[in-house]
Amino acid sequence: MSVYCKDMVVPVPIFPSGQKKGGFNLKQKSKIPLLELTNITKYYHSAAPALADVSFSVAEGEFVAVIGPSGAGKSTLLRCINRMIEPTGGAISFDGVITSLLRKRDLRKLRTKIGMIFQHYNLVDRLTVIENVLHGRLGYKSTLAGVLGRYSREEKKQAFRIINLLGLDEQVYERCDQLSGGQKQRVGIARALIQNPKLILCDEPIASLDPNAAKIIMDYLKNISSQMGITIVINLHQVNVALKYADRIIGVNKGRIVFDGQPDELTGEKIADIYGSEFKDLMMDLGERYAS
Amino acid sequence: MPADIFAKRRNDGLIFLAVVAFLTVGSVMITQYDVLKSFTSIYRALAWGSANFYPNAVSMKQLPDILYKLWETVLMSIAATTIAAVFAGLLALLGSRTIRVNSIFSVIVRGIASFFRNFPLVAWAMVLMLAFSQSQLTGYLALICGSLGFLTRAFIETIDEVGNNPVEALQATGASYIHVIFQAVLPSAMPMMISWLLFMIDTNIRDAILIGFLTGTGIGFSFDLYYKSFDYHTASLVTIFGAIAVIIVETISNSIRRVIMG
Repeated sequence: MSVYCKDMVVPVPIFPSGQKKGGFNLKQKSKIPLLELTNITKYYHSAAPALADVSFSVAEGEFVAVIGPSGAGKSTLLRCINRMIEPTGGAISFDGVITSLLRKRDLRKLRTKIGMIFQHYNLVDRLTVIENVLHGRLGYKSTLAGVLGRYSREEKKQAFRIINLLGLDEQVYERCDQLSGGQKQRVGIARALIQNPKLILCDEPIASLDPNAAKIIMDYLKNISSQMGITIVINLHQVNVALKYADRIIGVNKGRIVFDGQPDELTGEKIADIYGSEFKDLMMDLGERYAS
Repeated sequence: MPADIFAKRRNDGLIFLAVVAFLTVGSVMITQYDVLKSFTSIYRALAWGSANFYPNAVSMKQLPDILYKLWETVLMSIAATTIAAVFAGLLALLGSRTIRVNSIFSVIVRGIASFFRNFPLVAWAMVLMLAFSQSQLTGYLALICGSLGFLTRAFIETIDEVGNNPVEALQATGASYIHVIFQAVLPSAMPMMISWLLFMIDTNIRDAILIGFLTGTGIGFSFDLYYKSFDYHTASLVTIFGAIAVIIVETISNSIRRVIMG
């Protein structure tokens, strides 16, 4: 028992009743960047870069949407942040640490502070909801404890609390292949939350969901950002969703940042820059209809 | 044009049939295999079998000895298969695309697996006999070698089928390589791996009987002995109980499979 005490979890406030952290709101956001990318480049082949000279910084608590056409480098960009993909050049600093300098052990420690959710949920389908959620604690575990799946009482309590928060109480002991897409994504979010992350990376989290489930997921993410103060960087295909939820939008095309600003600065011209001009009329139409 | 596609499908079918027919007829002609005679001799074999190849009262006296040998053979097959499975599991982890350590290991492992698999089991037994002479150990090791190749290959396929998604997710939480294996890969792949293991045990019991001919051990040797001393009644008893043992093991493994694959 004593061995696992160092893994104690700080309780997360529950959304509906939880008060906002230290009067935290969007206008008075602290200016210290949590995440800073400087001249990040990534080459898969020598021909064309997947990312070219990408620089931006994200303040703590920000909700940043990254939009752009398929193959623009959005996924690569996200994965460079937690070094699931190694950038070819440039530097990333996260929470005061230059990530490229980290070796194995420290890299694991870095990743515990960065949650990630995926388009295809990436759960272990044959395991139950609670087991999948607790996987989020593995970054804190010794080899043996992780192999045996031994989690402390506190960690389990925390897992149940988060599962309750996400409305999955009835599915706790269900196998994940029995769940709907929306439920699976909520398990994905729970797995990220139990890490106690400072940042959550979301790679197209609603691309495989129906509109209803997509809205639920986006609302949860918005709540996580505004009430827990967790920073969110999210790749999105839907401009209207980005406009509705994000504090800030980054537009990527062919591995370059072509737009970086507030949602209301994203004009038709800018959208055309990001997606190419054929797309402009359609997106403007959608934007007007849904942005309200 | 769509009509052409249908014509192409039909032509492809006809060409395929023609090739198979050509190969069959060609092989028969080259080997001077007498098709007619082969069918008529089935009848003669059946007639001989019903006249000689059946257990009688005298052969029943050998039953305890046969059952003991059979039991020994079944246990040896299980032992060989499970040991091979442990090593195959380790090799498969190194060889799979999803969680390999690096691509050089992967190529080496796939090479090893392919070598062990493509070398026939009987050849393994012959080679090992040079070192260990005619003994239990030879048969045991031959079965391990054969199973190792097959199981490594099967396990690699199974692990690769799990896919990269859960592996990626766990790595992103900061989980270590070992954690990923035990918490994502094995839970997903285990049912299928056990299913392959059970299949291998079935196969190995059959093969162990054959190997016993060569290594002079187990139930295979008993059959050989009775058969060559013209004691067809006892030899038939061995065959019948061998078949029963295989059917029992197969039934058990099928029911295990139903439970774990659910």
